[in-house]
Amino acid sequence: MKRSAAFAALLLGLSLGAGSAPAFADTTITVAGSTALLPLALDAAGAYQKAHPDVKISVSGGGSGTGINDVASKATDIGDSDILAPTHPELHDNRVAVIGFAVVTNPSVGLKNLSKAQLQDIFSGKATNWKQVGGPDAKIVVVNRPRNSGTRAVFTKTIMGSVPINESGLTEDATGTVVSIVKQTPGAISYAAFSGTRGSGLTEVSIDGVAPTDDNIITGKYPVWSYEHMFTMGPASGEIAKFIAFVAGNADLVRKDGFIVINDMKVHETDR
Amino acid sequence: MIAVQARRSHRTELIAVLGLRFAAGFVILAMVAVLGYLAFEGTKTFYVDKFPLWTFLFSPDFAVDAGHPGAAVFIVGTLAVTLFAIVVGGPFGIAVGVFLAEIAPYRMTQLLKPAIEVMVGIPSVVYGWLGLTLLVPLIRTHTSSPSGFGLAAAGIVLAIMILPTVITLSEDAFRSLPGSLKEGSLALGATRWQTITRVLLPSAASGLAVALILGIARAVGETLAIQMVLGNATQFPQGLFAPTAALTTEIVTDMPGATEGSLLEHALFSMALLLLVIAMLLIVFVRVALRRRS
Repeated sequence: MKRSAAFAALLLGLSLGAGSAPAFADTTITVAGSTALLPLALDAAGAYQKAHPDVKISVSGGGSGTGINDVASKATDIGDSDILAPTHPELHDNRVAVIGFAVVTNPSVGLKNLSKAQLQDIFSGKATNWKQVGGPDAKIVVVNRPRNSGTRAVFTKTIMGSVPINESGLTEDATGTVVSIVKQTPGAISYAAFSGTRGSGLTEVSIDGVAPTDDNIITGKYPVWSYEHMFTMGPASGEIAKFIAFVAGNADLVRKDGFIVINDMKVHETDR
Repeated sequence: MIAVQARRSHRTELIAVLGLRFAAGFVILAMVAVLGYLAFEGTKTFYVDKFPLWTFLFSPDFAVDAGHPGAAVFIVGTLAVTLFAIVVGGPFGIAVGVFLAEIAPYRMTQLLKPAIEVMVGIPSVVYGWLGLTLLVPLIRTHTSSPSGFGLAAAGIVLAIMILPTVITLSEDAFRSLPGSLKEGSLALGATRWQTITRVLLPSAASGLAVALILGIARAVGETLAIQMVLGNATQFPQGLFAPTAALTTEIVTDMPGATEGSLLEHALFSMALLLLVIAMLLIVFVRVALRRRS
């Protein structure tokens, strides 16, 4: 992952060296990491480059782990992540948005609400049939994200607590795959970022009677959310700091891509 | 004049030989580099994290957060998927090989050969995609499996993917037999079926073994296509229609989240090293089989 990023940087450097006009020096900012944050990072990069033609921003995905790795090894300027980076104290945390996660089921299940305890039973493997949690007589098909996925970390922390997730469910490594599998599999249940579940045709389940909406996150009623982080090596400066401030400050763009503006939040937490 | 020409051709010769040596040397260097790097990174689980090799190989508990990366589930998963593929695809491939070499009329081989070549050329992501959109729903609606993902879906996709390898190599094995074998058998009054089963098949055995082993090698290494249909659940195969995980699929699933220097990264490298060791063992088997033939 890092090597390919370095190779891409090398190619980029070569092409810049060959083609850049000598009149002004271009600033290049490299961003990599979380696929959940990717749509916002891409849109913001596009808008920022339009306003500042002398700045080039290259954005790629790779996952939260990759984002943290790459910025920590100085392969990129900014590392996107859904989760904190406790193993890298040298990194500076810049929060740019809030992202909500919904528990989604195949519409055939027909349940609109599940309690936290019921969700723990389902994902720990204690409940294997929907009738055990008040639904129809159908097998539960659990779809998980891989270990070390940012989405899974948030779900584990806010819903599962100390109850371990049963590993006999399907495991899929991208939000899009999760959504399409839940959609085509009767009895399937999973969790995914709002940006992936909105308009997907899946049933978004309320938790303990609280619906997964932006308002319920802003007021602190709905628990499954996290900050989106843009990590930098030490406090950001220059164009990098300006770009990060641009991402966090561009409320229209943040909302358009399915995120919540940090300044809207009425609750604040330090450990997310 | 002649002397100049001779000198010139001598120089060309020298350059060509140097170039070829460089190319050959580079291949060896690349091989050694890959081996060395994998051996270095893949053993860190054991000498940096001090996790015992036997537990890595035989513990089904892949609890990396708890410092316990047991890979037995993935090893068994790889073996199960490969076995399924070779049991289904192996005999079928050999049958087509016999047909192409001994029975099919010329025009038919002219038609079948390009078809098989196209099968080789189809990218594995396309096989996986077809498996996901055709096979998985089919299994879901016609079996007790609630999701359709699992061993059977992956095994069938793999069986199709190894067919070209098995077909081509087994056809070659039959074609390389001396014609006198077949002619002698037929002259003694044996039917075509008797000739194939009692004379040609036994004589081509070592060549067919090579075909099957290279088919197995192809199956063990396949990643993307089976990751899409296997279900990637960290559990031993619970039956043909239950999800499980293999070495390759687990590496590709967990790789994006593996931070550098973490136990998870080391464990994934160890699994990659294990795949390399399996591949090398299979090549040794091929060598042994080929030596027996000659």
